[in-house]
Amino acid sequence: MIPSISSSRFYRVSYLCYVVLFFIFLITPLLVVAAFSFNDSLFPSLPWNGFTLDWYLGENAPKLGLFHDDALLESIGVSVQVAIVTTLASLALATCNAFLFEREQFPAKNFLYVLMLMPLVVPGVILGVSILVFSSTVANWFEVQFDYDFEALRPGLVLVTLGQFAFITTIATLVISARLRKFDITQEEAAMNLGASRLTAIATVTLPFLKPALFGAGVVAFLMSFENFNTTLMLVGSDAPLTIAMFDRLREGSTPVLNAVSVLLMVGSACLALVSLFTQRPVKQ
Amino acid sequence: MSAEPSNANRTQYRLGFWLLLAPIVLWLGLLIILPHIDMVLVSLRERIASRQYEFSFSNYTAFFTEPLYWNTFVRTAVMSILATVLTLIIAFPVSFYIAKVLTGRPKIALFILCLIPFWVSELVRTYGWMILLRETGLISGALQWLGLVDQPVEMLYNDVAIMVGLIYTSMLFMVVPLVTTLDSLDNSLIEAGYDLGGSSWHVMRSIVIPHAMPGIMSGCIVVFMLTLGNYLTPTLLGGKDSLWFTEQIYTQFITRFNWEQGAAFGILLLILSSLIVWLGLKITRQSFTRVMS
Repeated sequence: MIPSISSSRFYRVSYLCYVVLFFIFLITPLLVVAAFSFNDSLFPSLPWNGFTLDWYLGENAPKLGLFHDDALLESIGVSVQVAIVTTLASLALATCNAFLFEREQFPAKNFLYVLMLMPLVVPGVILGVSILVFSSTVANWFEVQFDYDFEALRPGLVLVTLGQFAFITTIATLVISARLRKFDITQEEAAMNLGASRLTAIATVTLPFLKPALFGAGVVAFLMSFENFNTTLMLVGSDAPLTIAMFDRLREGSTPVLNAVSVLLMVGSACLALVSLFTQRPVKQ
Repeated sequence: MSAEPSNANRTQYRLGFWLLLAPIVLWLGLLIILPHIDMVLVSLRERIASRQYEFSFSNYTAFFTEPLYWNTFVRTAVMSILATVLTLIIAFPVSFYIAKVLTGRPKIALFILCLIPFWVSELVRTYGWMILLRETGLISGALQWLGLVDQPVEMLYNDVAIMVGLIYTSMLFMVVPLVTTLDSLDNSLIEAGYDLGGSSWHVMRSIVIPHAMPGIMSGCIVVFMLTLGNYLTPTLLGGKDSLWFTEQIYTQFITRFNWEQGAAFGILLLILSSLIVWLGLKITRQSFTRVMS
């Protein structure tokens, strides 16, 4: 079972085979998506017609490549904007939450903590729908009371950002709290004894200590926002983020340009993953 | 002299506390609690004329009297539970292998390899399965090439395809908590179990699994939640007949513009998911806060 316990050769070989099969299962869909972005065919399917870079660089329809497909490029831009705002907002709130839960004692703290975890157990579609319902209730109220059309509360990027922010904050809070728990508070007290105000002590001692967690939470928040589908689907207006744009094309049955986008996403996520791995490592040791 | 700064300090601390409390209350109040209360209110009304509503349970009675809604609901719940159990069964041996059999570099490498697919959007992963399973896809092509079938086979748009997609998509959320809890199990406990004459099965059942229970539970809860609320995978891999409950919600809200009915469906799905999570926690005697963190 474990290396220090002897086991039969058959058992060990079949266990290894199982693990290998599992990893084949894990990796095949991604390899297939990547491979077909280079297929010289109008459909992402067999037969293999030879290698081409048209789905990246092609300038004219029907082989319009990714880098000339304005609609797709624009949706990538939309996704990046939403992701940046969501990340910054959720990091700011999550840091406040971490200080609140790790440093303060107050009645109903546990209740508030459970409430804070709630966004994780609400399915994304329902989170999106509930924000949609509530925001339009508020918008309608404004319209009736003040005869003012509250544009931001109608489906669109503001609501998409709010919806993603609502659950990403919880995840960021968990990451940052875990790091803050390890912080030795006497360091902060030392800074204050040396004449720093509390805010200065936090800014110069505690926040630098939290940096790896802030960075890690930031990367996760960015990716979760960029890749979010369920909540976004319910709140989206006329500007479609990338996942929504891709979904619409997928249902219509699209060209391998979608494979090219997928490869771009894989490369992007892999880079982010590597960066976060390398920046986290020295701190752990 | 000595009392004053401490007083000033205290007010400063108090102010700091309120400043920390305000944003979280705004966040939870405006984006989580009020929207859900509003959704309950909307689900309990019926449109009698334009902009005229009346309190009514009709959206809920519609759910119980219309077999399509009801069946989709039960089907979604059953398939989600099945997907959770299958994910656990597939992931457990792999997690055990990573946590207990491997050591050093291969262990870290394999763990990271496990995570990589999940840095990529769910859409891309599902797309990969579409290319593999469709009539002109790779598996169909391979079967023809091997001579096992003599014409293209459509493997997309059925329940098995949905299940494969759901399991694939959920795998990470099972493997990570399992590896983490299994890793914290001291090997000497397993050895002691064998020394005392326990069989592999026995050691597994009375030492490893009880120790891994928090991980198993948090994996199962997250996977179940994600599966139940999944929209993408059933829609793309199941096609028109996927009959997933989130699709019903989407149809009511976006296609039919019947928000009252859609809100009622949302509340029902929320109740179902909370109920099953609560049952799971009760049966295994785990606390919600511990499992989620």
